[in-house]
Amino acid sequence: MSLFNIFNVAGSAMNAQSQRLNTVASNLANADSATSANGTPYKAKQVVFAAAPVGENGATGVNVAAVIEDPSPMKTVYDPKNPLADDKGYVTLPNVNVVEEMVNMISASRSYQSNVEMMSTTKTLLLKTLNLGQ
Amino acid sequence: MLNRLDDMLNFHAQALRLRDQRQQVLASNIANADTPNYKARDFDFRTALTSAMGGQPAQGGTALATTAPGHLNGSPELSTSSFLQYRNPSQGNVDGNTVDVDAERAAFAENAVQYEFNLTRVSSQIKSMLAVIQG
Repeated sequence: MSLFNIFNVAGSAMNAQSQRLNTVASNLANADSATSANGTPYKAKQVVFAAAPVGENGATGVNVAAVIEDPSPMKTVYDPKNPLADDKGYVTLPNVNVVEEMVNMISASRSYQSNVEMMSTTKTLLLKTLNLGQ
Repeated sequence: MLNRLDDMLNFHAQALRLRDQRQQVLASNIANADTPNYKARDFDFRTALTSAMGGQPAQGGTALATTAPGHLNGSPELSTSSFLQYRNPSQGNVDGNTVDVDAERAAFAENAVQYEFNLTRVSSQIKSMLAVIQG
C-alpha cells in the first residue's frame, strides 16, 4: 500500500518545516543580539531543504540538508555610548532581516498545514479501505 | 465461478492500486513544495490503467519472448515509475522548483475522491455477489 508511505512523506515534510520554523524563531529572538558566547554578534541561520527518497517505490520526502549561516553583510549602527562600539563608535548588529523572517514564518506554517491536511485525507482513505465490503 | 469473481473485481483492484500510487506521487509533490530544484511529477492515469488492464508492458518494461505455444508469457511487472512524467510549470520559480501547490492540492483531493469512488464500486459489487450467493 503506497498510502501508508504518504505518512512518512508528510511526516518528513512536517519535520523539515518545523525545523525551518525553529530557525526563524531563533533569528527573530536574536535580531538585536550584538554579542554572544564567543564574543561575536549573532548571525542569521537558514535551513537548506533537499528531496530525499522514502521507501522503495519512488516516493520523495524532504530532509534538512544543512543549516547555514546567512552570508549577507552585518548591520552597523553608530552608537558611541555602547560598550561594544569599536574605536570609530560603530556597533555591529546581527544580519537578521525581520520582515524576511516573518514571511519565512508564514510560508513555513502554511506548508506545515498542507501536510497535516494531506495526512488526514490519507487517514480517511485508509479507514474507508478497511471497511471495504461491509 | 471463482475466475469470474476475480475478473469482476480485477478492474477496480487495478484502478485502486493506481490511484493509491498516484496519491503517493502527488503527496511527494506537496511535501517538496519548498525544496529547491525539485521537479513536480505525475502520471497519466488513463494510459497507466489501459496498460494495466491490457497487460502490455509499460514503456521501457520488458515482456517474456515466447517462441512456442507452450511457453508461458508471464505478466510483465507493472510499475508506474515508467509512466512518471515531469509537469510543465505554468510559472517558473527562481529556485528551480516546479511545484504549483494549488494545482497539486486540487489533484490530491480529486484523486482521493476517485479512490473513494472505486472503493464504493467494489463494495457494491461484493454486496451484489453476496446477494446472488445467499439468494
